[in-house]
Amino acid sequence: MLFVSQLINGLQLGSIYALVALGYSMVYGIIKLLNFAHGDIIMVGGYIALFTLTFGQHPLIAAALTVAGCTVLAIVIEKLAYTPLRFAPRLSLLITAIGVSILLQNLAQYFFSATGRSFPGHLLLPQGGIALGSVQVAYTSIITILTSLISMVILTILVRRTRLGKAMRAVSEDQDAARLMGINVNSVITFTFAVGAALAGIGALMYSVRYPLMFPTMGAMLGLKAFVAAVFGGIGSIPGAMLGGYAIGMLEVLVTAVGLSGWVDGVVFMVLICVLMVRPTGIMGRSIMEKV
Amino acid sequence: MGKRDPKAPFVPHRDAYKAPIMECVNLGIDFGGLTAVNDFCITIGPTEICGLIGPNGAGKTTIFNLLTKVYQPTRGSVYLQGIDTKDMNSVKANKAGLARTFQNIRLFKNMTVAENVLVGLHNSISYGLGEAILRFPSYWREERIARSRALELLEIFDMQDIGDQKAGSLPYGAQRRLEIVRALATAPKVLLLDEPAAGMNPAETEELMENIQKINKVFKIAILLIEHDMKLVMGICEGIGVLNYGRLIAKGTPAEIQRNPLVVEAYLGKGQSDSESGGEDSA
Repeated sequence: MLFVSQLINGLQLGSIYALVALGYSMVYGIIKLLNFAHGDIIMVGGYIALFTLTFGQHPLIAAALTVAGCTVLAIVIEKLAYTPLRFAPRLSLLITAIGVSILLQNLAQYFFSATGRSFPGHLLLPQGGIALGSVQVAYTSIITILTSLISMVILTILVRRTRLGKAMRAVSEDQDAARLMGINVNSVITFTFAVGAALAGIGALMYSVRYPLMFPTMGAMLGLKAFVAAVFGGIGSIPGAMLGGYAIGMLEVLVTAVGLSGWVDGVVFMVLICVLMVRPTGIMGRSIMEKV
Repeated sequence: MGKRDPKAPFVPHRDAYKAPIMECVNLGIDFGGLTAVNDFCITIGPTEICGLIGPNGAGKTTIFNLLTKVYQPTRGSVYLQGIDTKDMNSVKANKAGLARTFQNIRLFKNMTVAENVLVGLHNSISYGLGEAILRFPSYWREERIARSRALELLEIFDMQDIGDQKAGSLPYGAQRRLEIVRALATAPKVLLLDEPAAGMNPAETEELMENIQKINKVFKIAILLIEHDMKLVMGICEGIGVLNYGRLIAKGTPAEIQRNPLVVEAYLGKGQSDSESGGEDSA
């Protein structure tokens, strides 16, 4: 019974990592940028949810505002910080991403203070749970798992079946060829950032409910873990990010369950190193072929 | 006959009284101190098949890159249906009616054959994102139309049955053909083919020639091709421009080009100018 409840626990955590990892992976897939500001977008999302809920907004409105806020923020960051560097070396882009991350953290500290605030999770999602046999399952777990699954299904349809999804895949394979086929590469890239950030917004809500303490650097570790998940699954691959997210979530819960809660982060990064030694492109990553 | 001023406009008879679809006027580009293309003038009729030939490094692909706005010209202009393309980028040039294939194939290799064509159809599908996610009926209708259009285009090369295969898994010749279909999907007015027969065997080349003529007739578009296979160029092109060291050295019908001493010299070197065999060079 303990196993089942830990399994659900792991799925819940894994769902959050998967949602965040998708944003990393999609952005990497399209412009080969490790968007280190992604975790901090989640932090901003968390604060938006915190304030809208405290001001007595309906949970659905709060959720919508959070997702919209994250999306707009990502678009603004992309336009101001990354678009001017479209043809710059990738290292400049990476350093800019780290800069944006630090900027967001410090702005949050300036405006929201560095003190932790508790997140009113009970205002967002119903408390309590249902009994499955002898296992008590919290509503928050169920809602988290289902919401992520639905988001991922929509994302998969979007990428596989729609015109924009095909454009995204085309741009990620060959930007110049896509441009010559009449695809507006810039707007496709912006759209990719927006989708990734919308998923991060959902992730922010779920994460805040699970770990209800808000502080300006809360996104850093979450972002790093999600990055590990994306690399673990094969960065650039959408199913890989989902798989990696769940794998890392499960692993963390497992390590905690056997009583090594202090070792969680260490084990996660250890596993990453081991996977990369065996499969440098991740579980579902394509082998990279250099053009000659 | 035999020689025609390379700067004078020249289109086949049936297009002579129609406005040209594309005109290049004194087009030129420098890379640093190197003049890659200079003084390039060409006039293409709306239904013409014309060819661009010349030794390796003569600047043929550079001209394609200039036309499709991969490079911006240093000098001169390109007019598409009389409109100056000066302020266009690659996307706008494509929307204005220029589509191309590449010398080294650049398909979206991890996407399926049909999806590659659907990417080409990108700008002709009209549903928005909201419809795709919310209003399923209209989305499915558009998507179905696009898909059947894609298969229709694939039929030109008899590829409609392999629509679900990965583009990267196709044999070389089929990848070249798919690239042409993908370019056609963007509804071009001028189709630019960069060495379409490269790597093809004689039978495949023969088939390609028929298909190029078919595309020209069915879609009523102009085709400009770069090719080293003289059998193809002399067989289907109505007008041919010969490029050497970035300059157009001759222009004319296949017969005129074969007789032109300057062309023979560019290909074979001096002293052979009495040779009649300008048409035997192959890739």
